Amino acid sequence: MPMTVEVPKEKWAGKVREVTLGATREQGGTRARTVTLGGEATLPFLHFEAAVLHPPALALEIKDRKPDDWSPLLYEAWGEAMDDSGDWARAAENAGADLIVLTLSLTQADGKPNTPEHARAVVRKVLNATGLPLAVFGPGQAEKDNELIVPIAEEAKGERLLIGVCEDKNYRTIVAAAMANDHLVSSKTPMDVNLAKQLVILIHDMGMPLERVVMDPTTGALGYGIEYGYSVMERLRLAALQGDSMTQQPMLVTPGEEAWKAKESKVGEGVPGTWGDWKRRALNWETLTATSLIHAGADMVVLRHPDSLARVKAMVQGLMNEK
Amino acid sequence: MALTGLQIYKLLPQTNCKECGFPTCLAFAMKLAAKQAELKQCPYVTEASKAQLEAASAPPIRLVTLASGGVKIEAGNETVMFRHEKTFYHKPGLFIHVRDTDGVAAIKAKVAQADAYVVDYVGIKLGVDGFAVEALAEDAAKFAEAVSAVRATSQKPLILIAANPGVMEAGLKAAPGTTPLLYAADEDNWQKMVEMAKAANPKGRSGAPLAARAESLEKLAALTEEIKKAGIEDIVLDPLVTGYADSLTALTQLRRLALKKNFRALGYPLITFPGEAADLGVDETVLAAQHIAKYAGFIVLENFDPAMLYPLLVLRQNIYTDPQKPIQVQPGLYEINTPTPDAPLMVTTNFSITYFAVNNEVEGSGWPGWLVVADAEGMSVLTAWAAGKFDADRIAKAVKNFGVEGKVNHKRIILPGQVAVLSGELEEALPGWEIMVGPKEAVDLPGYLKVMWGQKEGI
Repeated sequence: MPMTVEVPKEKWAGKVREVTLGATREQGGTRARTVTLGGEATLPFLHFEAAVLHPPALALEIKDRKPDDWSPLLYEAWGEAMDDSGDWARAAENAGADLIVLTLSLTQADGKPNTPEHARAVVRKVLNATGLPLAVFGPGQAEKDNELIVPIAEEAKGERLLIGVCEDKNYRTIVAAAMANDHLVSSKTPMDVNLAKQLVILIHDMGMPLERVVMDPTTGALGYGIEYGYSVMERLRLAALQGDSMTQQPMLVTPGEEAWKAKESKVGEGVPGTWGDWKRRALNWETLTATSLIHAGADMVVLRHPDSLARVKAMVQGLMNEK
Repeated sequence: MALTGLQIYKLLPQTNCKECGFPTCLAFAMKLAAKQAELKQCPYVTEASKAQLEAASAPPIRLVTLASGGVKIEAGNETVMFRHEKTFYHKPGLFIHVRDTDGVAAIKAKVAQADAYVVDYVGIKLGVDGFAVEALAEDAAKFAEAVSAVRATSQKPLILIAANPGVMEAGLKAAPGTTPLLYAADEDNWQKMVEMAKAANPKGRSGAPLAARAESLEKLAALTEEIKKAGIEDIVLDPLVTGYADSLTALTQLRRLALKKNFRALGYPLITFPGEAADLGVDETVLAAQHIAKYAGFIVLENFDPAMLYPLLVLRQNIYTDPQKPIQVQPGLYEINTPTPDAPLMVTTNFSITYFAVNNEVEGSGWPGWLVVADAEGMSVLTAWAAGKFDADRIAKAVKNFGVEGKVNHKRIILPGQVAVLSGELEEALPGWEIMVGPKEAVDLPGYLKVMWGQKEGI
């Protein structure tokens, strides 16, 4: 005779804010659709506790020019599309991305420093090539980020881009540009719950509505520190559900960038035989980094290889399909 | 969850006889609750009360041990839902599935490969934990032959999979001296399976661990209570999940029931088979990774593939690392490829991943080098710098304290590219030294050394 089993359900005091990227024609932009992140009222995918409103959004990263230092497997995957940002955006859309992340480089293809004009032109080209919502991140150096992101924020006014990155040492310029042009910002902090909260507060204090802020808690790849980011994310999500208002933002992770830096992804020769087949291993490296972070609460996942996207998407679809 | 003093009091004789050394049963109960007395101090507590009191103080998830040839695989004794609350304790064992219908030759080939597999991760050797042998043919002799084939090739612990108790018995006999997991008892065969498990009587235990499978948590709970009443307490649960959503739901609910409700009937470690639903489009690697992070105790894999196993083993290591004890190496001056005094000098932090990344790149390239590993409290370069634990002063101190000037005949030090900003300060902290800014990623070190150090040597 079966026993009675009462599954403990948590009563959460808070939930994650909903943040929407992209704007359609009715909304003042030119996107074919928008993507909404967040809204969680429970831990990831626990349908028995609360309705799961939005699946994690899967983005593919493209660049403003063919990069110099990516893994050979990525050049193999994207081929000639990498030579033109418009082609690359189209290819990424065809591969099933929910949105595109465009990261700008320090230099142009000819080695000259990147310029606002060039950045504007690339963003315009990408916006014309795809109807997906767009995120644009600078090269990751404060001065250059500001120099390039401010003009593209103007260029793409109305499109509700996600722009970044804002870090505690450099956020005012980008936040101001986002506020002036109705964009969203990514708030990036180095794997620390309190720093993550703090930067959200600082950005909000400037007058930025919280519905336009996404947190990037910074995460490492599988084998290269993933557990630090993973636990920071679980703690942030728990704090959000427990009602801590300044942690209630959707989270963005970059497993593409992190996993493809690893030797396991970049190198096929002269590595231990116990590492197995290079391509399968490299794809597993990106895929498992991404899927693990999704279990920790990632709302927007930035990938580089289309095959990883397909596998992660299959898991997301499985998780969203409550049985 | 421990019992309160009042709950314990209700189980005591309540005669206030004082023979325990305390004035009243209530006083004794309070001391017991505070773990400041032992139950045996009371000569009159009933057997029934004793059993209840023991059950209440037992860990919420039973520890189950499989063993063979001196190797133990443990699952259970977990105490938290999230690793950051304390830590996860017992890494889920990864077992490779073979079937008697595969044939002896194929079994031996697969087992030999998997048994020999050892991969290094930051100086730790990782490998497969054991084998799950299945009696698909439902034939005692064939199963015994399959188990023998596995045993002839590997001494690792086993999971024996058979629905028929007679067949299971034959397999058990073929693996003497081991403590395998017997998979599985269900509502039809549990009595015979329990008899088998008890008779197996591995050294020092009252029976072999027994898996229990049922379609619902209610049925599973009822089943384990029967098994326990009949005398087997080392139980492993199979909630019969096949995909991502049902795995997450069932395994989360089971962990919560154990930890938050101390629900003893489901307070056991879990076994999963992530490769089972491959034909439904479920990716075994991705589901196994989910099982590792979310609550599995034993995981049975269909495929032995290094390209999949290596990342899963690393993930398991990462998730199960104690957050309070980041893996660190001893700070000091390390030699790579027998360096001479004119070899390049590099500096990095004592976080294991960081150290091994740098060491392995340089070692693999053949370049001789000196590596100053500074004490950054086990943090990576960027994290340590952000936390103020890796700065010019600390680097200079490390250079001084580790006797660099006695070993190295030049004054050039390569700084990790991620902290290029420190180069000015480091020039001041190390007067007379040339600060070279190295690459941001260890993988670019050999290329950097070839170009930049080569230039210095006039090569």
